[in-house]
Amino acid sequence: MSDRKIRVVVAKPGLDGHDRGAKVIARAFRDAGMEVIYTGLRQTPEQIVDTAIQEDADAIGISILSGAHEHYFRVIVNLLKEKGSEDIVVFGGGVIPDGDVPALLEIGAGAIFGPGTPTSQCIEWLEKAVAEKRSKE
Amino acid sequence: MFQEEKLQKIAEGREKYDASVEKALARFPERRKRFVSGGGLPVDRLYTPLDVKDQDYNKDLGFPGQYPFTRGVQPTMYRGRFWTMRMYAGFSTAEESNKRYRYLLEQGGSGLSVAFDLPTQIGYDSDHPMAQGEVGKVGVAIDSLADMEILFGGIPLDKVSTSMTINAPASVLLAMYIAVAEKQGTPAEKISGTIQNDILKEYIARGTYIFPPKPSLRLITDIFAFCSKSVPNWNTISISGYHIREAGSTAVQEVAFTLADGIAYVEAAMKVGLDPNVFGQRLSFFFNAHNDFVEEVAKFRAARRLWAKIMKDRFGVTDKKAQMLRFHTQTAGSTLTAQQPENNIVRVAVQALAAVMGGTQSLHTNSMDEALALPTEKSVRVALKTQQIIAHESGAADVVDPLGGSYYVEALTDEIQKQAEEYIAKIDELGGMLAAIEKGYVQSQIQDAAYEYQKSVESGERVVVGVNKYQVEEDNSGRELLRVDPSVGENQCRKLRELREKRDNLRVQTVLDDVREAAKDESVNLMPRIVEAVKAYATEGEICGVLREEFGEYRENIVL
Repeated sequence: MSDRKIRVVVAKPGLDGHDRGAKVIARAFRDAGMEVIYTGLRQTPEQIVDTAIQEDADAIGISILSGAHEHYFRVIVNLLKEKGSEDIVVFGGGVIPDGDVPALLEIGAGAIFGPGTPTSQCIEWLEKAVAEKRSKE
Repeated sequence: MFQEEKLQKIAEGREKYDASVEKALARFPERRKRFVSGGGLPVDRLYTPLDVKDQDYNKDLGFPGQYPFTRGVQPTMYRGRFWTMRMYAGFSTAEESNKRYRYLLEQGGSGLSVAFDLPTQIGYDSDHPMAQGEVGKVGVAIDSLADMEILFGGIPLDKVSTSMTINAPASVLLAMYIAVAEKQGTPAEKISGTIQNDILKEYIARGTYIFPPKPSLRLITDIFAFCSKSVPNWNTISISGYHIREAGSTAVQEVAFTLADGIAYVEAAMKVGLDPNVFGQRLSFFFNAHNDFVEEVAKFRAARRLWAKIMKDRFGVTDKKAQMLRFHTQTAGSTLTAQQPENNIVRVAVQALAAVMGGTQSLHTNSMDEALALPTEKSVRVALKTQQIIAHESGAADVVDPLGGSYYVEALTDEIQKQAEEYIAKIDELGGMLAAIEKGYVQSQIQDAAYEYQKSVESGERVVVGVNKYQVEEDNSGRELLRVDPSVGENQCRKLRELREKRDNLRVQTVLDDVREAAKDESVNLMPRIVEAVKAYATEGEICGVLREEFGEYRENIVL
C-alpha cells in the first residue's frame, strides 16, 4: 500500500439526525491515521458525491438510521457512475436489517456494518478495500 | 442525619473492614481494579452512613409532593394511579398509525405518543425533494389537517392524552391537534398532552432543527403564552435529556445539559414578560433510562431536586407545581443490540424498573427488535406488557421512592447533583446554553463520552452481552420485521395534489400571508394565525416554508 493517507468522507445523507455512529466512526478512522471529512447532517446525494470528488476521497462511508438506506445508496452509487468516479469505495452502516444487506451490496456498496460492529473491523476492511482500489490506479 | 457517636463507631468499623479487605485482596482480587457506573462515575465497594452523613433529611429529601421533591412529585405516587403507559408509535400513513394507536389503547395503553416521519419533523411536505425516500419511514407522514383527522379518527381526544414528538414545527402540529379536537366537539381547554418543542437539544443531539435559535425561541415562547390562556392542560415543552444520552452522554451530562436547556427556556420566557409561576407549571421533562439500575434511579432523584432548587433560588418561583420536575421516560434505544434481540426484553425491563423506582410520570418501553428495524406489533406488545408486569406484579409501585435511604442511592444522588451543578456553572461561565452550543462545548463533551464508551466496549472493559462476550452464531435475515410499504410516498404525494386542487386556495393564500405578517412582528403571537392556517388546510410545508423565508434556516456547527 502506498504511503498516501487514506481519505474518507463520512456522510449523513437525507434528514436523519442520528450522528453518534457517524461521529464515532469518523474519530476512529482519524485515530487510525486516515484523513476524514465529515459532512454534517442533511446532505443531498449530490453534495456527498461532489464533496468526495473535490476532496479526492478514496471512499465514502454512509451512515443512515432512518430506513431510507436503499434509496440513498442507489442514488449515490449512480451519481458516482455518472461522474466517472465509480472507483470511489462506498460502504455504510446504521440500522439496516440483515435482509436488506444483499440488495445494498448488489447496488454497489462494498460492505455494510450493523450495530455493534467494532470500529477496528471497519478500519481493517477499509484499509484493504482502499489498497485494492489503489492497486488498480 | 446520624448521631456523632454512632458515626464514630461506624468509621472505626469501616477502617477495620477496609484493612481486612485489603489483606484478602492479595489472595482474592476483585474483578477489576476500578469500578465505575454505567455513566462513568467511580463506584466504591460499599456505602455506609458515612457517605451520607451530611445529608439533612428535611432539607435534602423531605416528603413526596413537597419541596425539593427528591422523593417524588405526588404525595402517594403510584398508590393512587400508575404512571401513564405511553408507547411511542407511528409509521407509514395516518390510516396505518391510527390502527396501531387503537390497538395500543385496546391492549391497556393509557396515552398516545406520536412518532412523525422526518419530512414532517423538518417541515417539508411529502412531495418536497428532500423528503424523497423518507416519507412514512420513522413515523407517520402528516402534511395537512386532512391527515391529522385520519390519524385521530375514532380516538376520543377529550379522554386520551397525546404526546407528540415534534420540535421545530411544534406550533403547526399543535394547531392541527387543536383543530381536530374542535371538530370532534372537544374545545382546546379540555385537551391534554405534550409537544416536545425542545429546539436546543435538536441543535445539540437530535438534528431535526429548522430555524436559527432566536426565532425558534420566539416560537416556543409564543406557544407558552398561547397555551397558558387557551390550552391550559397542555404540556408546552418536554425538555429532553433522552436524545442527549442517546448521543452518548453520561448520566451526569444528561441531567446537566437538560436542566441547562430548561434554564435557557425559562430565561427566554421571562424576557418576554411571562410569569414562571404560571408557565413553569406546564414545563415537563423527558429522560432516558439506561442499564445501570441504581445510577438511573439516583439520576431521576437528583434531577428532581436540582430543578426545584433552580426554579426556587434562581428564578424565585414560589408555586409548588412550577417547582416540580415532572418527566416522561423512555428506555435506552442505544443499549439495544442487533445481536440476540430477545436479550433486549431483559434490558428494557431493568431500565423500566429504574424509571418506576425513580418516580417517572409516564413511560415508553422499547421493543426488542429496534436495533433491527421498526418494531413489529408482537414486540411492541411484549414491551407494553413489561410495564404492566412491573406495575401489577413487582410491588415496586406500592411504596413511594422505595430505594430512598439506601446509602448508595443517596450518595449517588448527591454526587450526580453536585457534578451537574458544576457543569451548569461552567455553562453559565460560557454565557448560557445557547452560547455553549454555538461554541460547540456541549457537543464535544457528549462526543468525548460517546467515544470513550465505544473504546471501553472494544477493549472489553465494558461487557455487552451478545456483542463482545457470549456471542452466538445467528442469522437474523429471515426474522419477521416491520416493513413500510414503499408506495406510501407516492400515495402521500397524490393526496397532497388532490388536497391542493380541492381546497379554497384564495383562503389559503390569505392565511399564509397572515402568518408571514405575524412572523415579521415579534409583538404578535404566531399561534392563533397558525391555527387559522391549518384550519384552511394550508400544509405543514407551506406554513414552515413561509417561516423559513422569514426566519432563515439553521446551519449546523460541525464539531468532531
